[in-house]
Amino acid sequence: MIPETLKTSLQARVASAITAREAAVDVMKELQAHYGWLTDEAVEEAAALLGLSPLQVEELATFYEMIYRRPVGKKVIHVCDSISCWCADCDKLIQYLKDKLGVGLGGTTADGMFTLVPCCCMGMCGDSPAMSVGGTPYGRLTPELVDEILEMERKKA
Amino acid sequence: MELPLFRHNRPNRVVTFDEYREEGGFEALEKAFSGMSPNDVQQAVLDSGLRGRGGAGFATGRKWSFVPRDLPGPRWLICNCDEMEPGTYKDRVLLEHNPYSLIEGMTLACYALGVRHAFIFIRKGYEKAAANLARGIEEAKKAGLLGEHILGSEHSIELDLHLSAGRYICGEETALINALEGKRPNPRSKPPFPAIKGLWQGPTVVNNVETLANVPAIVANGAAWFKGLALNPEGAGSKLFCVSGSVKNRACVELPIGTTLGDIIGGACGGMREGKKFKACIPGGASTQFLKPEHWNLPMDYDSVAKAGSRLGSGGIIVFDEGHCLVEATLNLINFFARESCGWCTPCREGLPYVKEILTRIENGRGEEDDITILREHVKYLNYTFCALAPGAMAPLDGLLRDFEDEVREHIEKKKCPLK
Repeated sequence: MIPETLKTSLQARVASAITAREAAVDVMKELQAHYGWLTDEAVEEAAALLGLSPLQVEELATFYEMIYRRPVGKKVIHVCDSISCWCADCDKLIQYLKDKLGVGLGGTTADGMFTLVPCCCMGMCGDSPAMSVGGTPYGRLTPELVDEILEMERKKA
Repeated sequence: MELPLFRHNRPNRVVTFDEYREEGGFEALEKAFSGMSPNDVQQAVLDSGLRGRGGAGFATGRKWSFVPRDLPGPRWLICNCDEMEPGTYKDRVLLEHNPYSLIEGMTLACYALGVRHAFIFIRKGYEKAAANLARGIEEAKKAGLLGEHILGSEHSIELDLHLSAGRYICGEETALINALEGKRPNPRSKPPFPAIKGLWQGPTVVNNVETLANVPAIVANGAAWFKGLALNPEGAGSKLFCVSGSVKNRACVELPIGTTLGDIIGGACGGMREGKKFKACIPGGASTQFLKPEHWNLPMDYDSVAKAGSRLGSGGIIVFDEGHCLVEATLNLINFFARESCGWCTPCREGLPYVKEILTRIENGRGEEDDITILREHVKYLNYTFCALAPGAMAPLDGLLRDFEDEVREHIEKKKCPLK
């Protein structure tokens, strides 16, 4: 169950839209921010807010890269594996992240802090290789820099 | 001559509203509202020769002219800032330094098209650009340059942001329209084209960020001035080139249309990285064909790049050196497209993973002679889809087979990647 204040602000967002479902992505993002991922309960709540069926919300939720329909760690690491990052040896970087975190792609660390997933081009091609951690973008990555970033992000969490 | 897009940029911060105004910002809007009819604005854009900067390169003024003027009901303008084409980061750089040219350009476009409500569709990850735009919209409204009764006229224009949640296909204009409506963003079958039936079935124009950001300078300085910016007689305006890969300085630069490939890589980017030799590049984002060393002096303009067998595309130049295996590079591109396919059309959904499998086999030394034939068939048949994702994916593969067939064959004959 979402708190009354969040519900009211989401209702206002839906009311300001030209058609209710236009607000669907905003609503899913807010609910995800609340629960940590888009839970089954969140899908039903989104459906009720938007005047859609849970199935209609589901077909949106499963489409987007940044909507998580499964539990994820506190911070999701999206590491780019597109062509400009490939030129900058992202394969090695991804292997380093896997080893460092002790997870495969899609996996979450044992302490529940990080989930590692590959993503498509982040528009950071001038600063490749790149990744984002919990929404914060980082570029020109080296193993040393990755160590620093992960430690900092862990402390901030 | 001063180029229009980056001229307000500060080195490490966003230009302020006051600075933009002091440097002539919003003068185009004042000019249009005080003495130009909507048709005059559209005619200026048509005459300027401005072509879509998102990738397809369609003439912007012509696109606008397809919108019927006599239909009842609202019509819409959408700015496409779903910049997810691999190798492309120009719109991010532009908006992180200056949101105002886009805001002014969209207001002018709305005026020309008779649009009252426009949207900027922004990809996930571009939160900084979105924040700049949100602030810029408020500032413009406060100054009477946007919102109700712009500059005291009877024209009211509303500008809203739509923050997406990450998916390449949303950059396809009909998929983008579905996404904005809150529907699953599969592309729509065309016709009807968005200019006739787009957002909520109303006439709709979808333009790229860079395209719309050019409009103020065209209105302020005239079509002839804009045409004159280009280095080649057929060209018009400037272009943002964003370079990545094996160059010394990976930079996003604004240069006149028609600047040669060599001047971009050798000049603005400081040449190749230490000890690396230019092998090939992809000139305009992932869905364009390779250019080779013989194209070093090619003017980067739509028609000349097309004549060289590729496309100017988005201006996202990805540079490969002699140490890069182009089979593996193409495999990386195909992997991207296979993952980003929305699954709506069978050739794309089924064909791309198959191409990926074959290229993986070749790269790993398990390729067979027949594989080249099968790949060529895919280049031919993956055109039968609703949108341009699969045909776009086939462009680098087609280029690989056309220009680097020997490298592919070497993989098959030696039963390994020659560069590993």
